[in-house]
Formats: sequence, structure tokens, C-alpha cells
Amino acid sequence: MTLESMIQKYPASPEYLVEALRDYQMAKNDHSVTESEIVKIAKYFNVTESKVCSVVSFYSFLSEKPKGRYVIRICRDVPCFVNKSESILKTLETRLGIKPGETTPDGLFTLEYTGCLGQCDHAPAFRINDMTYVDLTPDKVKAILSEYREEKS
Amino acid sequence: MKMMVNLKINNIDVTVPENTTILDAAKAYNISIPTLCYYPDLRINSDCRICSVEIVGKKGLSTSCSTIVQEGMQVKTHTPRVINARKTITELLLANHDADCTACAKNMNCELQKLANVLGIDENRFERVLEVRPIDDHNPSLLRNPNRCIKCGRCIDVCRNIQGVNVLEPLNRGHEIIISPPFGKYLTDEFCTFCGQCSSVCPVGAIIEKDETAAVWNVLHDPQKHVIVQVAPAIRVSLGEELGQKAGTIVTGKLVSALKLLGFTKVFDTDFTADLTIIEEGNELIKRITTGGVLPMITSCCPGWINFAETYYPEILDHLSSCKSPQQMFGALAKTYYAQKENIDPATIFVVSIMPCTAKKYEAKRPEMGSTENNLDVDVVLTTREIGKMLRQMGVEFENLPETEFDEPFGKTTGAAAIFGTTGGVMEAALRTVYEIVNKKPLESLDFMEVRGMEGIKEASVNLGGKIVKVAVAHTLANAKKIAEQIKNNESPYAFIEVMCCPGGCIGGGGQSYGTTSKTRKDRLASLYTVDAAMPLRKSHENPDINKLYADFLGSPLAKLSHELLHTKYKAKHRHQ
Amino acid sequence: MIEKKIISKRFDKIDPYSIADYIATGGYKSLAKAMAGQRINILSEVEKSRLRGRGGAGFPVAIKMMALAKEAALVKYIVCNADEGEPGNFKDRAIMEKDPHSILEGMIITAYATRATKGYIYIRCEYDKPIEIMRHAVEEARKNHFLGQKIDKIDFDFDIEIRLGAGSYVCGEEFALLESIEGKTGRTRVKPPFPTSVGLFGKPTEINNVETFANIPVIIGMGGDEFAKIGTKSSTGTKLLSLSGNVNNKGVYEIPFGVPIKTVIDELGGGVPDSRALKMVQLGGACGPIIPRYLLDMIIDFDRFDEFESKTGSGAIIVMDDRCDIFDILLRNVTFFKHESCGKCAPCREGHNQLERLLRKFVDRKATITDLISIESLARVMHQTSLCGLGQTSPTSIISTLRYFRDDYIDRLESLEV
Repeated sequence: MTLESMIQKYPASPEYLVEALRDYQMAKNDHSVTESEIVKIAKYFNVTESKVCSVVSFYSFLSEKPKGRYVIRICRDVPCFVNKSESILKTLETRLGIKPGETTPDGLFTLEYTGCLGQCDHAPAFRINDMTYVDLTPDKVKAILSEYREEKS
Repeated sequence: MKMMVNLKINNIDVTVPENTTILDAAKAYNISIPTLCYYPDLRINSDCRICSVEIVGKKGLSTSCSTIVQEGMQVKTHTPRVINARKTITELLLANHDADCTACAKNMNCELQKLANVLGIDENRFERVLEVRPIDDHNPSLLRNPNRCIKCGRCIDVCRNIQGVNVLEPLNRGHEIIISPPFGKYLTDEFCTFCGQCSSVCPVGAIIEKDETAAVWNVLHDPQKHVIVQVAPAIRVSLGEELGQKAGTIVTGKLVSALKLLGFTKVFDTDFTADLTIIEEGNELIKRITTGGVLPMITSCCPGWINFAETYYPEILDHLSSCKSPQQMFGALAKTYYAQKENIDPATIFVVSIMPCTAKKYEAKRPEMGSTENNLDVDVVLTTREIGKMLRQMGVEFENLPETEFDEPFGKTTGAAAIFGTTGGVMEAALRTVYEIVNKKPLESLDFMEVRGMEGIKEASVNLGGKIVKVAVAHTLANAKKIAEQIKNNESPYAFIEVMCCPGGCIGGGGQSYGTTSKTRKDRLASLYTVDAAMPLRKSHENPDINKLYADFLGSPLAKLSHELLHTKYKAKHRHQ
Repeated sequence: MIEKKIISKRFDKIDPYSIADYIATGGYKSLAKAMAGQRINILSEVEKSRLRGRGGAGFPVAIKMMALAKEAALVKYIVCNADEGEPGNFKDRAIMEKDPHSILEGMIITAYATRATKGYIYIRCEYDKPIEIMRHAVEEARKNHFLGQKIDKIDFDFDIEIRLGAGSYVCGEEFALLESIEGKTGRTRVKPPFPTSVGLFGKPTEINNVETFANIPVIIGMGGDEFAKIGTKSSTGTKLLSLSGNVNNKGVYEIPFGVPIKTVIDELGGGVPDSRALKMVQLGGACGPIIPRYLLDMIIDFDRFDEFESKTGSGAIIVMDDRCDIFDILLRNVTFFKHESCGKCAPCREGHNQLERLLRKFVDRKATITDLISIESLARVMHQTSLCGLGQTSPTSIISTLRYFRDDYIDRLESLEV
């Protein structure tokens, strides 16, 4: 998806700025927007670059900083926590060799915390890009990571 | 007929018109509820929560700046619960603030300090959590220190809503917020026009003008240097505020004495080159009208406006007058005409300029504003606030000073020059001259009332040689933008436009005294028209010293030397092309 | 049988992708009934029902509807808050995934009654399945002329646009939500004015929770008086509860107001697993009070929840067993709010940082008596002075544990010296 085609999908009205930004970043491999892309987006939606930057830096799913190909977002809130989300986090940290906020050296995985995903009835849970995984166990996590590694290769 | 509302504040019966806020109602009854983010004339942000009060029957506390009085309301402004809340919030702010007050330019002039004092804070219960961020010292006009920012939002408000430029926005959320230009970049001419309105409203030392007083103290005591100073039109009705006087007090004579006391060898009046600007610009306008030049022509004496046009509307740069500002014309003459006349080596002349403006610091440092890079025409610009500081540093008893005249050869000026400091002033000054030159007869009235006042965009029509010519006056960049858009779309009905980037014109400049409000602007504005009305000469072309300058030195308006010294070029900044 | 399946009657019984299923089970009948009568009748029924908002604040819905109906504006909006970001809540997800049209019908009836001209559903972007299902439902509703122009052949035009969030809990707050739909950062506004006078794009707007809208067709169907017979005096109707944490049968349960919390946990939730003891329960979400075992006989009811100095009527029940450390839990809650705070107002922006630090001292057993006084004072100041619900309710867990688990705080003091 090019910037132009993404932009054409949304009317040139400032109200679509947040959604257009997320849509675009989701489709990009590094899940982020660059400065020159922000300039073009600002022009299209007829808002200032300041405005776009404040929006990108405000929302958790928007970023100026490039991320890995697969962004793993793990819930650290109470319902998941009391359902052993720490063991899931430890599994991820061990298998990936990174801590939350970091990206694996091969650029494949970024690990982040996220707010409650609303899957507390199937806790613990995490998201990888736009897929939600629930009822997690350390074994399931290892299997999921292998799947993603295979998919990439 | 306005409805009245009856309520109780601290058990006192209060009656105020409907739609009054609790804050204003309390004020009317002699209680000043503490505030911090609140600023008259700006939007109510209700961010700091300091002005919280108790309303009987309501849960929690309510902010008095944003709550309208209701019939029968019972408000308590200073219960222990309320006082504790205010103290707690202030302590929270101080815990995330570079509170090294004695090393801050806003020491003794800081609203956070005042608040802590008023609240009686004598300890901070909270741990210091400030994560030090780099200070932004990357432009000649404004210094940005995020470690002092209390995120009150005033700078964002003034830049976005009054100026319409929107350089500053909060990046990130929660405690990681930083008020910043786009992409977390430094404040530079990539986005900023340096109008300084942000520095004018900042309650603390987070954004202040670059202080150049040290350089001036040094040079004043340098025996090798011939230090002269020029004073902008707006200063004579503004400087008094720095020294305890009311806004609009006319202090012309005293300020000359004060500057002499500081040690300036000569004290000159920028009004002189304002008159000169009118002659050059008036002739330029006539030439464009009669020879099919680019119209509308737009004034170019406001550096904030020039920066705005170069950055955001480079396509209309041809419309700008090529005249330099009076400040810069003065500098050019000081290092040529004056130097020659007084037989002084121009390399030893140091020109200081006192301006109500922060963008003038940027203007003075433009490489094209000097004979060489090391000899700029204007060496240092000091804002009203900075010169006020120097006078206080020297302990000058301003009120007791005698009246002194400006020095020659730049002393004789007109009322037309004085009103340069107001929105509509340059237009009116220009019309007084252009009308008389073209129509070859004197004006019946010198007062062009349609271009005066605080309305955002003002229009007038003038009969020039039988043709009705439309002119416009705009102030604030938000209005300048409208004018620029019209021109960009080839829809401008005007022949001549005056643009001032600050509200009210220069008297509302970003370098003026803290606490500027629409009232103080109006007072300063009114006084400049008073100065104008009282002057023996009120038309620039009748200034004999200007005529002498042409006869002895420049030749004639727009001629070779005039062009070389008094005119300039602009640079399209093409940010993203 | 303590469950009362009214809102959830179609859950797992119909195909959520099938509007035919919805219609066959009585769907859109209430809309027809509403549009056959006067607009004022709809408002009257909602008033008689005494329906209170189901998103957490529990504000009387009729007041909002009447305020919007009174506005003489050409453009008026109905907004459905489907942001559901409060930890421990997933009942709106269930309604969207299992009975999407009930929400649409509720919005359309509300729009008809108030002469609103356009509707929005703001769904958090993490809810992929609800987004897909709701988008499909809107399409189907349009095809069947329940949305669009001249609905039911009457001079009533109304359409719904689905809008997505981008990862911000605070956009569940009504003003921040409007800001987000307008393409801006999710920072709340100064109030008054309230949304029914100045809302989305400056126009009069009514914002309701997903479950609130789902109740509207029910009320029109059975009548407001009948509806008001269900539940308690202060809280009529049913509530969908999100039950999670250390409980055997996590899930969404619908009960009439007035059922004790303990009954829900034991009978519906199947009690605490692994033979552990129940230590404490957090009500409403991370923004809610944490209560001890001995208070679990309390009935689920807005006014009862109000006694905890906060509005926590969203119906989440997070059960925690005796392995849970209170301060770990409190710290997680505060860290959540610190991360989600928009940063606009000083008490919330600066306060969470300090709350976190103070809590860490209790976690590390290094707290002093001064810290105890400070944390209580700070929690109360944030609760009373924050600009929006986030800062106002985030200290609730601390305030409640100070009340009910004060000994635990004392146990964590490094020493009893001041």
C-alpha cells in the first residue's frame, strides 16, 4: 500500500487523520511514519505538521520510531496478571532475548506493553500486529513465535 | 437587560450578571482566587486546577475559572481542603520543575514562584522527578527550556489560535509530554516566526527572549566603541510599565534620559527612519501603481510577518515592499551617513536597538543586513523587558528623571512615524504621504479612522489621482494568513496592505512587559495616537531632516544609494520541496 | 437462576452476521413500534424506565435524550462509545460480537426520538472481531433500509459511520472520544458546555455506552414501567457483568440489579480455582474500589457503588485470591493510568508519577509514616481536582484499600518512626 493509495481511501478531512495514520502504519513493515510522510499527510488533510506529530506521539499504535516486523503487545493489567501473564512475559523475554520497549536485532520482533485488550475472560492475552492471541501458556507462546519465524523465512 | 445572579461566596452575598465565572465574581468582591494557567484574553484551559473551589452539594472541587455562577450557589474559596489541594498541585509541579530560581531569568517575575509564595509553601512533600531535557538555544530570538515548563498550554494557545501558526504542540502524553515544535526539533526558522507571543504569555522561564543585556553592558564600557541606541515608536508608551508605571504612560523624554544614564553616547529615535520608510515605500507604491508593478504591495517592516511569508507563503514574496524596516534602515545609515558625518570609523560604531519585538533579534542577524558578516548594521536588539531589566540593574529612579530630547541628526520626527507602533499606523502614515504626493493637494483630515482599532482586518478606500484604491490592514498572523491566501489565489481586491504580526501591532509585541492584555494594548495604542496628534509635524514628507538626508546623501527615493542601503531581498524558505 | 438474559438473550443463539436471525428473534420490532408513534412517547418510556448509563458513570439516560431532543439544531449526533478500555471489562465486546443489531436498533430509535441526523460508533482498534461484525451489521442494516434515507418510509434520514481508535484508553472518556473522532489527540475538554449542547464538531451530541443503546429496544418493547420493575429502586433493569481474575468460570453474565456480588462469584463464576481463598475483589475495573471478602454480600447497584466515592457501574468484577499482593495490584493499576493519562491537567499528569513512587516504597517495604499520609492526601487531591474521569477515578483503588486494608499499609512501613 502506497502513501498515495492510503490517502485516497480517506476523504481529505482532518477528522480522518488518526485512522488514516493507523491504517497506513499497520500496512508498513516497520509500523511507523517518517518525517517526509508526515509532511505529505499534513498537506493532504490540511493540518499543520505540528498537529500530525502531536497525534502520532499521542496514540499507542502510532509511532515515528520504526518497529520490528511483528509487534508483540502484551497486557500487563490486573486480570491478566492474576492469570499468570508474567510467565508469558518471561517466555517472550527469554525466547526473544529482549525486554519490553526493545526490538530483536534481526528486526523481526518488537515487544511492548499494552493496556487491557478486553480479553480478560481468556486471559492471559497478547496481540501480534493485528491478531489477538488468548488463553496463552508458555508452550503456546513458543509455538506462536515459531510460526511467525517460519512465516518470515 | 442582563439578568443578575445571587450566590454566596464564603458566606458573603454576591450579586453578579449571569454568565460570570466564579473567578470573576470573587474578584468583584475583592477575593483573588489563586490561578496559574489562566490568562485573560486566552482560552480557558482549566489545566492547572489551582483555582479549584468547593461548591456546597457538589462532589469534588470545581475550577472557578471555568464554572459559571448559578442562582443560590454556595462557594467556599479557602477551606482547608481547598488550600491543601492547591498546595499539593503546586508541590507536584515544583517536583517536576527546574526550581533553581536564582539562576532563572524569570526570578521574581515568575507566576509559579508567586503562587508558591501566596500559598505559603514551605516544603515539598514529593520527590523530585524532573528528567532533564536539553535546553533549546538554536535561534537568535527565543530560548526554550523544557525543564521549566509547567504545561499550562498558554504558548500553544497563543501560537495556534491567535497567531494561527501552530509551531508548538504537546508531543507524547501523560508525564512524558513536551511542548515542542514538530518532530521534536529545535525552535528555528523552519517553522517559527519568532513573534515571541509565546514568551509574552509564558508564566515561568520555559520560553524567554534571548538575553543580550550582558553584551550591551560590556560594550557600554568599551572605550574603543561608539555605542548608540535607537528607540522604536512603541517604546515611548510602553517602557513605563517596566518601571512601575501604568500602561500607555508617555515616557519619551524620561527614557532618553535613562538611556543616557546607562551610558549610551547618542540616543536616537527610530521614528526618524520610520519617516524615511514612508518616503521610500510611498514612492515604491506609487511606482508600482503607475507602471503596472506587482500589486497588492505589502508592508515589510514587521520581521515576524516577513518570516511568516518566507516560510509559509513564499509564492507571494514579490508582493512585499523591498524596503527594509525602520530598524534596519537606521542601522545602515548609522554605519554610513552618520559615520561619515561625524567622522567616526564605522567599525567602531555599535548600534543597539530597543524594540518591543523578539523577531527583530532575528532580523538584525540576517546576513544581508550588513556590509559584511562581521559588521551588521544593527549589532544588538534589546526588548522592552531587557532594557527594563538594565534600568533596574542600574537602579535608575525613572520617575524622577528629567525630560531629554533625542539626539541629532536623527531627532526630528513626525506623528506619522510615531503611529508605526500601532496596527494601521504604517498604513495611515503612508496614506498621508501618498495621498498628498499623488493628488498634489493637502488632506482635509490626517486621521484615517477606518484603519485604526483592534479589528483583525480593516479596510479603507482612498482616492488617488481620480482612482479609488482599496487598502487593508491586518494584525496577528492568523489574519495575515487570510490576506496571504487571498493573494495566493489571485483574489485580493487591495492595492496596498499593512501586516503586523502581533495583536495590536508593535505595541502588542512579543518583547513587551509581562502581563500584556487587551486592555494594556488599547492603552498603549491610544497613547501613540495622542503622541501623533500633539506633534508639530504629522506627515513624513514634511520632515525637513528627511529632506536634508536625501539632499545631502541619498539623492532621491529609490535611487541607487537609497536602493543599496535601504532596500533588501527576501528568501523563499521552501521547507518541503 | 440468578441470571436474567434480556440483553444477552440472543448470545450464541443467532448468527451475528445474519440480520435475518435478528429480525426473526424480534429484532427491529421496537424500531417499528417507536416510529409508529410520537417521538415524545419514546422519551417518555425511557424516562419511566429510569435507565442509567451502562458505561460506568450511571447517568440517567432520559435526561441526555431530552436535552438532545430539545436542541433546535439542523445537525445532531448520536455516538456509541465502544472503546471499552477499562481493564477487566469485555461485556461490550460480547454485545458487539454476538448481537450487533441490538446496538444499531438502539441508536436508530434514539436518533428518531431526538431528531439526530448522523450516528458514529467509536470502536477501539484492538477489537478486530467486533469491528468486522459491526461493519457488516451496518451494511446489512442499510440494505434492509433500517439506515439511510427515509427509514421505514418516513421522513427520517439516519446513517451510522464506524470510527476506530488508535490505542488510547482515555478516548473512552466522552470528550476525549469526540476529539479522537475529530482527528485530534484524545484530550478532554473544559466542561461545561456538555455534549448535548456542544459536542462532536461543535454540534449537539448524545454519547452512550454500547450496553446502554442495547437497552433501548428492550425498553420500547416491554415499556418503561415494566422495565423499571426489574432491578432495584436506584438501578433498574439488568447489568452485564464482566467476571474475570481468579475465578473458575470467567465470562459475561447478565443479572438484574440487586444481586449480591458473592452470589455472582460463587454461583455464576464457580468460585475461586485451585482451592485458594478469595482475598479481595476489584469492582468496575482498574478505576474501581478494591473490597475485602466481608463486603461481598453487597448488592450490585449504582447507589451502593457510589458509596466508594466513584462511579464504577460498568459491572466488572475482578476476583483476586490470597496469592495476590495488594501493592502489586495497586502498582499495576497506577502504572496503567500513568501510561494512559493524556497529560492535560496537572494533578493527573504529575500525580501518577508520585503515586507510583510512593507505592513502590510500600512494595519494597521502605515506606514511612509520612509516605502513608502523602499517598492518602495525594490520592484524594487527584480524585477531587482532576479534569476528567481518568484522574478522578484512578486513585479509587488506593482510597478504598486505605479504608479496608489499612493494616496492610502499616505492615509495609519500614518503621513506625516519623
